[in-house]
Amino acid sequence: MGRPKLGVFKFASCDGCQLSLLDAEDHLLAVADAVEIRHFPEASSRMEPGPYDIALVEGSVTTPHDAERIQQIRRDSNYLITIGACATAGGIQALRNGADTDEFMRAVYASPEYIQVLDNSTPIAEHVKVDFELRGCPINQYQLIEVIQSLLAGRNPRTPKHSVCLDCKRRGTVCVTVAQGIACLGPVTQSGCNAICPSYHRGCYGCYGPASQPNLVSLSTHAINAGASPAEVSHSLQSFNVYAPAFRNESQRLADQTREQN
Amino acid sequence: MGNRTIKVETMSRVEGEGGLYIRLSGDAVDEVRLEIYEPPRLFEALLRGRPLEDTPDITARICGICPVAYQMSSVHALEAALDITVSPEIRRLRRLLYCGEWIESHGLHMHLLHAPDFLGFDSGLEMAKQFPDEVNRGLRLKKHGNQLVELLGGRAIHPINVCVGGFYRLPKRKEFQKLIPDFEWGLGAAVAATRWVAGFDYPDFETDCEFISLSHPDEYPMNEGVMKTSSGDLIDVCRYEEEFEERQVPHSTALHAIRKSTGHPYLLGPLSRVNLNREKLSPTARKLADEVGLEPLCSNPHRAIIARGLEIVHAYEEALMILRDDQPQGKSREEYQYQAGEGMSATEAPRGTLFHRYVVDEAGKIVEACIIPPTSQNQAQIEADLKQWISHVISDDEQDTARKCENLVRAYDPCISCSTHFLKVKIERC
Repeated sequence: MGRPKLGVFKFASCDGCQLSLLDAEDHLLAVADAVEIRHFPEASSRMEPGPYDIALVEGSVTTPHDAERIQQIRRDSNYLITIGACATAGGIQALRNGADTDEFMRAVYASPEYIQVLDNSTPIAEHVKVDFELRGCPINQYQLIEVIQSLLAGRNPRTPKHSVCLDCKRRGTVCVTVAQGIACLGPVTQSGCNAICPSYHRGCYGCYGPASQPNLVSLSTHAINAGASPAEVSHSLQSFNVYAPAFRNESQRLADQTREQN
Repeated sequence: MGNRTIKVETMSRVEGEGGLYIRLSGDAVDEVRLEIYEPPRLFEALLRGRPLEDTPDITARICGICPVAYQMSSVHALEAALDITVSPEIRRLRRLLYCGEWIESHGLHMHLLHAPDFLGFDSGLEMAKQFPDEVNRGLRLKKHGNQLVELLGGRAIHPINVCVGGFYRLPKRKEFQKLIPDFEWGLGAAVAATRWVAGFDYPDFETDCEFISLSHPDEYPMNEGVMKTSSGDLIDVCRYEEEFEERQVPHSTALHAIRKSTGHPYLLGPLSRVNLNREKLSPTARKLADEVGLEPLCSNPHRAIIARGLEIVHAYEEALMILRDDQPQGKSREEYQYQAGEGMSATEAPRGTLFHRYVVDEAGKIVEACIIPPTSQNQAQIEADLKQWISHVISDDEQDTARKCENLVRAYDPCISCSTHFLKVKIERC
């Protein structure tokens, strides 16, 4: 059997997650030797049609054209991996979901009629079957290399699902919430970044989306008891993973609560 | 010969996605369009109503290649709205952070995206088989840039340490010390890389565009300055929106920019910066510019790769000076009170001047946001240059013509994700 054929595809996104592959400077040439890069426009002018053994998909679906394009990529690909918060949860652009997208378009473009967009920014898994999701905004390049290498070795990729809190304990970072009263999404956010923010004296802001079995209500209650308003807590969940169900539901619950109070 | 179109559906080795469409009647060019079909993400709209502190984290997500630029323009603009003056220490560290991004972004473009065009390869990865030393050197430079952004920003893509007023935490002196040996090697390597690219064969081609970049009396432009033009004007950043206009065109999700007073497009980026600020380059970069024979006002866009090399050399030299001499101390950020107001700022992203303007309210919320990225400002100039370039490269071999058009576009290092709003080459002869 020849080298596995790799395709890298972009939807609505900032390019940062596929850049993570080019940023893996020490591993890049080795990975490029182990696979046959068939489609990776950011890196290569050679673009070959499918089928692909491995497809890496970055970005969310936001246009009617992209909703069709992902179907073809799925048909062409054996193992489809979504990379990053846009692809796995709709990304920061999902802030428009539930808002008035037409009004958003009018705010940015003088002639919005030239441009076709869908009302919602949605994760790839809402459109096609996804074989593996790699979270993060941006993804962790070492996790990406682990995923590619494990596929090449024929085993399942291992990426931890525990919360950022555990990583702070491992690093020996003093808890910013307990010691300094700084609001932090670490208890409910999935590991992957190596708990950077608390080590820089700021609270986690949720780049990797909900950890497994997150207790959102408990975290919001704690934050509200510590003096935050429900609106502020709701806002903190409305960022790069706003459309991930656990974050979406809790921010909605808090927003409803704020409305009732007013 | 009849009419025909040449079309590149998906341009490669550019950041983000778009295409190029060219319509010819005979050998005359009817129309050139850079088609930006990158889906719009509507950042200006989704910032409204959010706490102003979210802005550097959210605008970073406009572009994974130059997040630092978005963070810099946004914090400077918000600081202007809140009347915050940052300390000289914070100012110095912000320049150091920007040096990291320039090294990373220019290193990537020179070695993996642009150099393969001159040497006849489809990609940097393929080029590595024949030019392993050069590609590995490029990857090391890029890695140093990333390491510097990581040190100050917490991580290379979407850094987490930048905030309105300064940084969440100052770096430690010993973290600086660790980078010095690599940066000493890197300065020499960057000089060698610039000499290497300066030796490429350049097509004979000149554009008559207006070059524009920030300019500062004491330093090579990064975080502040006035807009300087090759026609001799100086424009205060506060007058940005009076002087330049973004227009929407049907074939692009990016907005096209022109200079209102001339009605003509203009060019931002490394070639403009070097053309207008050559005497402010670091001593090694300035000497190297003379040695490799870069013209005093270089009008050949293909030679922008040399300007990128010189800016990498400059960034290493300036970074080394700060890493060696600076002892980060004092407060990591300025405190501030909310007040209603408006603030604007332009800083030099790797691809050119990036303008931000924000209106904030007395509760610290964003009321209005306006972001003008460098690639959407360059798009109209790129199309104008392509029109000229086609007459140099037109042949019956449409693939070859399309490839040469794509080469020119790549020379500008367009960032389509940024412009949101950008590349396919398609040539049409009806």
